[in-house]
Amino acid sequence: MTSPILEMRGITKEFPGVKALSDVNLVVNRGDIHAICGENGAGKSTLMKVLSGVYPHGTYSGDIVFEGETAKFANIRQSEAAGIVIIHQELALIPELSIAENIFLGNETARRGIIDWGRANREAIDLLARVGLRENPLTPVKNLGIGKQQLVEIAKALSKEVKLLILDEPTAALNDDDSQHLLALLEGLKEKGITSIMISHKLNEIEQIADEITIIRDGQSIETLSVAAGGVDEDRIIRGMVGRDLENRFPDHTPAIGDVLFEVRDWTVMHPQDSHREVIRQANLSVRAGEIVGIAGMMGAGRTELARSIFGRSYGSRTSGSLVLDGQELQLSTVTQAIDAGIAYVSEDRKGLGLNLIDDIKTSVTAAALKKLRTGLVVDERKEVVVAEGYRKNLNIKAPSITAGVGKLSGGNQQKVVLSKWMYTDPKLLILDEPTRGIDVGAKYEIYGIIQELARSGRGVLVISSELPELLGLCDRIYTLAEGVITHEFDRSEATQESLMRYMTADARK
Amino acid sequence: MNALLNTLRGNVRQYGMIIALAAIVILFQISTEGVLLKPLNVSNLVVQNAQILILAIGMVIVIVARHIDLSVGSVAAFVGAASAIMMTQYDFPWWLAVFLGLLIGTAIGAWHGFWVAYVGIPAFIVTLASMLLFRGLTLVVLKGATVGGLPEPFKAIGNGFLPEIGPDTGFHNLTLLIAVAAVAVLIVLEVRRRNAQAAYNFDVLPFPLFVTKLVLLTVVIMYFAYLLADARGLPIVGLILGGLIVVYTFIMNRTVFGRHVYAIGGNVDAATMSGVNTKRVDFLVMMNMGLLSGLAGIVTTARLTAANPKAGVNFELDAIAAAFIGGAAVTGGVGTVVGAIIGGLVMGVLNNGMSLLGVSIDWQQAIKGLVLLLAVAFDVWNKRRTAGAGGAGAESAEPSAPPPDKLAEEIEAMEAELSVDAPSDTSKT
Repeated sequence: MTSPILEMRGITKEFPGVKALSDVNLVVNRGDIHAICGENGAGKSTLMKVLSGVYPHGTYSGDIVFEGETAKFANIRQSEAAGIVIIHQELALIPELSIAENIFLGNETARRGIIDWGRANREAIDLLARVGLRENPLTPVKNLGIGKQQLVEIAKALSKEVKLLILDEPTAALNDDDSQHLLALLEGLKEKGITSIMISHKLNEIEQIADEITIIRDGQSIETLSVAAGGVDEDRIIRGMVGRDLENRFPDHTPAIGDVLFEVRDWTVMHPQDSHREVIRQANLSVRAGEIVGIAGMMGAGRTELARSIFGRSYGSRTSGSLVLDGQELQLSTVTQAIDAGIAYVSEDRKGLGLNLIDDIKTSVTAAALKKLRTGLVVDERKEVVVAEGYRKNLNIKAPSITAGVGKLSGGNQQKVVLSKWMYTDPKLLILDEPTRGIDVGAKYEIYGIIQELARSGRGVLVISSELPELLGLCDRIYTLAEGVITHEFDRSEATQESLMRYMTADARK
Repeated sequence: MNALLNTLRGNVRQYGMIIALAAIVILFQISTEGVLLKPLNVSNLVVQNAQILILAIGMVIVIVARHIDLSVGSVAAFVGAASAIMMTQYDFPWWLAVFLGLLIGTAIGAWHGFWVAYVGIPAFIVTLASMLLFRGLTLVVLKGATVGGLPEPFKAIGNGFLPEIGPDTGFHNLTLLIAVAAVAVLIVLEVRRRNAQAAYNFDVLPFPLFVTKLVLLTVVIMYFAYLLADARGLPIVGLILGGLIVVYTFIMNRTVFGRHVYAIGGNVDAATMSGVNTKRVDFLVMMNMGLLSGLAGIVTTARLTAANPKAGVNFELDAIAAAFIGGAAVTGGVGTVVGAIIGGLVMGVLNNGMSLLGVSIDWQQAIKGLVLLLAVAFDVWNKRRTAGAGGAGAESAEPSAPPPDKLAEEIEAMEAELSVDAPSDTSKT
């Protein structure tokens, strides 16, 4: 019974400049529910992409043995043919198509290219029964809630005669009832001999249903815990996830903290498309002048949504609550108003929201504060050059000249350009969303230095980060966010990776 | 030599089109045995293509802002028709008809802008609807007939020439004077620009090349002016067109509005998150296209001396082609007014040259289609090539250049001001 269905041995996967996985080993026993835990960016999703053929054989090193045979998948079709089906966090259903059409998409019950809809719908009814979903197979998927859509995904996997089902954060977007239903379904599938691999940040759920847990950290497999053997609880898992030394990676910094500069009160934000779904619930937080405040949260906890809703309501609908900056209540409905009020937001999505990649450094640096360069209708080019050169020297932006295209700079230098852009707007509050994502260690150190200097100048800084050591090294205070709820507030002295992780993975909606 | 190559490589798209235009001109000059550059033909070339060039200016801005306008031909026809009716049936003075015509064009553009920017309907759909709508309304206004009998001053807009001044020299004096003045202004501006850029430590053309460029520009302008002066002088539409090129180049290069157009074309989300009012920019861009469509309509009606229900057919295609041949990118964010003018001239010279050679209209269309495809293919190929040449290595190979000496003091002052240690107005309450 405990013969392994899957063995991954010594998997190493490199991207240009980054080693995403390094000698990862994973053994999954037949009929088990096997959980994979790790921090954001630890390499969980990359490992699953290697397994499912998204990264084809040859682009990684190491062996995959599935059902006793060495697997060399060149694409997802081949891994699915072998019986491995992955359900991604972002559901891959087509909203306008019906349940049956979605289930058989790419796998149509057709003869000579003509689809037999009668058969497709009959089989769809059977599959839906297996996942416990009572819906007409002709219903468009867009009419289903997110929980039911998840079940359709699983029905789709079952239609492919799945042997190994991989679920990436299956309950991240689900409410409690739907989550419990899904977990029960996974246990039901287990009884029918289907092996599952589940990636999840919700440690209580993992504890509840997993047979074994493999922990991945910094691209390496750390350990595999057997739940049956006992002694595995959330604390034990957390210790494995974060067990890493805090190196001396931060410049020296003596904070000079003043009075409260910025406050968020009873901030509630609804999903932009679904105005009944709370993305942020009743958030209260404050930032003092000269203070660096961190927000820790798992992916999907609502960190970016919180930041963008503050930044001129550039995210969400029916936002309620109040913002107070410098003692004045702000009424912000556009980004322009937020900038004018003295708020800056450095996006986590540098290429999508931060920069115009076909532009040069000079115009990028001044893009958010062109008003300051305007004389009449005209942009003062001379002053622009002076400003851009000033930031190039100040922040040590490495580029042949300020006319160099930002698209060709490294991540660290691009981020310095984005920081320059926001510093030039002269903000009172800076919100930095993943300020060091995709940046090498040297540039990180420099960016930490810039953030600390910004705080020293009396500005308030709010830092969102997935890297707990970064928050612990940088911040004076840290809030934890889970499922859109601020679950705890830590002073720098009392926060540890373990304690943060506990509140980040807390069941906040109860 | 390296500097020359680098400069050429950096601007291969623009120089490429200039070279292509020159090649086409030389080709037709030879194959038509010199007819192409006969004074009268050059004069005709300007008059006949003015409306397309006017539209190309607006179109390239629309395309940079990642939209399209398919309605310009119909709107031009409608404005021409409305102006003609005003003058013939209601006896409006010609200047009032022109003014109201431009106003109608602007209003139609604002209508497009409203749907595109504030309702969020793709410009393709909005202007496709207007293409049908205003073609129909043109027929309604004109009751399907051609309306002629327009006043002389109005007709002069389309096919009049600047008055002659001074002694009889056998050439059109005013035209030559304007050309000399234009060359002088151009040289002064170019020298000033080069000096400023050198002060900023930007790459500038090496001095001998810079002089060569100025000499070539001077020769081309003066030769062109000589040809016009030898015929009937500078057409009034030529003057209008020249003014538009200067004004719109200035708007796109030097003003905040121009910056915003390029910003939203390059990455609309990043522009929004930088506080650019993208809806307003979209609105104004579409409205401006309406204004220029109106102007093109008036110019066309004036040149044809009558409002015609079939006027302006396919103008949109010529204008769009001109913008793309001139280097605009389909994805937005890239394109220049001067580029679009060059693209328009390529089309115009092709038309004119092929007509002189007696190539049938059918073949002219086919050849223009191929030229458009090749020009854009060249653009795509060139982009792919330069994208490959860049990358991470390009950065480390060349470390930071020294900041420009001439601005050193100003930069130092700015550095101190920008330094995060010294916020200018963040109060420590």
